[in-house]
Amino acid sequence: MSMEDLYQEIILDHYRKPKNRAPALDNEDVHVHHSNPLCGDEMDLRVRVVDGNLDAVVFDGEGCSISQASASAMTQAVIGRELKDGLELAEDFRLMMHGDEPSRADDLLDGVAFQGVSKFPVRVKCALLGWMALRDAIETYQSGASAHSVTHDD
Amino acid sequence: MPFDVPTLRKEFPTLQRDLDGHRLIYLDSAASSQTPVAVLDAMDRYYRWSRSNVHRGVYQLAEEATDLYEGARTKLATFVDADPRGIVFTKNATEACNLIAYSWVRRNLGPGDALLTTVMEHHANLVPFTYAAKDLGFEVRHITLTDDGQLDLDAARDLLADGRVRFVAVSHVSNVLGTINDVATIADMARAANPGAIIHADGTQAVPHLPVSFRDLGIDSYAITGHKMLGPTGIGALIARPELLDSMEPFLSGGDMIRDVTLDGATWNDIPHKFEAGTPMIAEAAGLGAAVDMLTELGMDQIRAHERELTGQLIDALAGINDVTVHGPRDLDVRGGAVSFEVAGVHPHDVGAMLSSTGVCVRVGHHCCKPLMKCLGSNATARASVHVYNDADDLPPLVEGIEAARSFFAR
Repeated sequence: MSMEDLYQEIILDHYRKPKNRAPALDNEDVHVHHSNPLCGDEMDLRVRVVDGNLDAVVFDGEGCSISQASASAMTQAVIGRELKDGLELAEDFRLMMHGDEPSRADDLLDGVAFQGVSKFPVRVKCALLGWMALRDAIETYQSGASAHSVTHDD
Repeated sequence: MPFDVPTLRKEFPTLQRDLDGHRLIYLDSAASSQTPVAVLDAMDRYYRWSRSNVHRGVYQLAEEATDLYEGARTKLATFVDADPRGIVFTKNATEACNLIAYSWVRRNLGPGDALLTTVMEHHANLVPFTYAAKDLGFEVRHITLTDDGQLDLDAARDLLADGRVRFVAVSHVSNVLGTINDVATIADMARAANPGAIIHADGTQAVPHLPVSFRDLGIDSYAITGHKMLGPTGIGALIARPELLDSMEPFLSGGDMIRDVTLDGATWNDIPHKFEAGTPMIAEAAGLGAAVDMLTELGMDQIRAHERELTGQLIDALAGINDVTVHGPRDLDVRGGAVSFEVAGVHPHDVGAMLSSTGVCVRVGHHCCKPLMKCLGSNATARASVHVYNDADDLPPLVEGIEAARSFFAR
């Protein structure tokens, strides 16, 4: 297992220059906070919904390069999509992290670069953190709430 | 046994491995130490030669098994300078802390009482007591830290002043900061404020690395674990004053811990057996006995001297890297060999992964000390920790790996 399998250049680019990273979002509809006590990762994800679409998605937080880069790549892949489509793409990414070939590789954009992370079981949760926060944000919005906090225990 | 690390390393099978062409460099003994051949042999010999249960058989095998198990108790008692009747075998230090929490704290503390602990505790020496406090309504107080990562004894004096503290739980050596706490002084202070106070210490990170005399510490109970002192997993101990154990009710009940049983009741066996319900960890006790033999032969004074020097070199090596912050005291007289550090701009998980790719094993995360992490203003750190089989040759690969992580992840 080489470092290059885990840390593709595209991942490092997202880590060094994250996209859609911000501590606040104008007119936000949902704010979810996800943490992973095991490694100390913290993630805040804020979403604005317009006409049933993910109009804006920003993240902020603290964590390893994989978790931060994956959240950055996630925002690029889902902004502009319908809520339902966002959930489906999150599921595609989740299955990829568990070893499946992604069925929507083109739609995942840079998210595909994280396929190699599936070979490092302890880091899979890092790559999933942003995507699980997105899924939670959409479901929270659909339930009519505006905030939710989740602690991951694996 | 001469203290020659390259020779000593040959006793540890795992340390003979290489990982993708890199020599395995194990710097995570504060999480779990490596196991020498002598310990593996002792456990193997029990299973291959004396396999039977303890305390009941009248045949030779059972006597041998009982001798192995009780012999380990005697060896451990001598090693930590305690009465063998005060050595209760548990599965680990966490269970030992729970034993005192359930059998003493929960039966003696209530509203109006206070328990004193510290912000640097491992969850094992904190959660059993905060959990009890929630159920029973007593107060929990915390000794804070000085700027260099030692316990603030002035703050402790204030916390003890009203005489309501009836139990103290403090770590002997911090698994994150490496700080060696002055347990004996804290015990004196607590008893000066309340003569009946019970003092419990977590010796998990002390007994593998320092000469420890339970009698000289002057405390009431002490938790240790085998797997950090060259022994196997699955065995630890609560070391306590026999009079305290005598006064306590059992923690777990069932076989072997009874004197007499009727259909609706039972009376208890003598200590320490009263606290050892069911068939114990016989092979693990044999292994722990062999580990104690090895540590004794090496000499705890010599181990401490070796690790003290190496810890100084480790701190200097880490502190010499740009953007690296080292936590804990710099005074080697008050510090053990667990050294936590952070690399600015690089998450500990990424530091750990980079080091792993060249065979260097360090721990990353919160080290089961979330309240302490909060005090340090951090979610996670990396930690390198040393034991008898580490020497200065292990440091350059650590430094090179951290340098590589810095340039790889630089933003």
